[in-house]
Amino acid sequence: MTQMREGFKAGLAFTIPTFALGASFGVLAEPRMGAAAAIVMSVVVFAGAAQFASVSVLAAGGGVASAVTAGLLINARFLPMGLALAPALRGGPLRRAAEGQAMVDASWALANRGDGRFDRDVMIGATIPQAACWWTGTALGALGGSLIGDPQALGLDAMFPAFYLALLVGEMDLRQTFASALLGAAIALCLVPFAPPGIPVVAASAAALLGLWER
Amino acid sequence: MTTAWVTIAVLTVGTVAIKATGPVALGGRELPPRLAGVVTRLAPALLSALVVVETFGRDHALGVNESAAGLLAAALALAARLPIVVVVVIAAAVTAGLRAL
Repeated sequence: MTQMREGFKAGLAFTIPTFALGASFGVLAEPRMGAAAAIVMSVVVFAGAAQFASVSVLAAGGGVASAVTAGLLINARFLPMGLALAPALRGGPLRRAAEGQAMVDASWALANRGDGRFDRDVMIGATIPQAACWWTGTALGALGGSLIGDPQALGLDAMFPAFYLALLVGEMDLRQTFASALLGAAIALCLVPFAPPGIPVVAASAAALLGLWER
Repeated sequence: MTTAWVTIAVLTVGTVAIKATGPVALGGRELPPRLAGVVTRLAPALLSALVVVETFGRDHALGVNESAAGLLAAALALAARLPIVVVVVIAAAVTAGLRAL
């Protein structure tokens, strides 16, 4: 329980960017699908980058298949992340599957204890405030978009890279991890012009294979 | 409108399945020790990729806009050991300021 509270506190640091990004999503999605669908999407899909990708495809006139594919490619990173997380979860298959749903980027990174192990309670605790902000942010953006104005003009798109950078700096206590971070960024940048969105980030996980050779 | 709802439904099922795959497939087994070093490096590799793709990635192209300056400001704020909330707000403020010029 103390771990969950610790995770909750750590997750509070991400409430502002999560709320702001949720509001941006609401503003963007409302004209394409209506406020109700935008809010439902944030509740049930619950994966920001994938939601943006899918809605952009729909907005460009794409069909269900391409919109779903775009979103699923973005979420493919949860496969390696889920494998890393798995030993920390509890109970039978159903409970593990349910606990795995609490996996979002920031919580997963916060729950990473740095020795290859993860803390389940920290992850779930950190996801609670982020979920609340993602949902309320989307609702505010979808229902009151005119009050917010243009998310781009407010610089809201700069919040998430900054927030991932902060998490990354927290991981940089080991020299070996630095090499993987550089290689991961390089792989992703090289693939952006050629690969479908989402794939560059998934492919960057190959940089972690450096761990097979180093000790 | 139906397109949107069908997209939401299918994307939800797919995302739930992706997030459940690792936890269910591995069960409670520990990863082999040899893989521990790989798992340790997964977070830095993915996070740095997210940083550069979200800042410089466009639709099938790379590009630079005001948010790159926001990211630089965030890096300086992190170097100054400011709290994460402040770092994120600085990134947005610098980006918004440049766009308002």
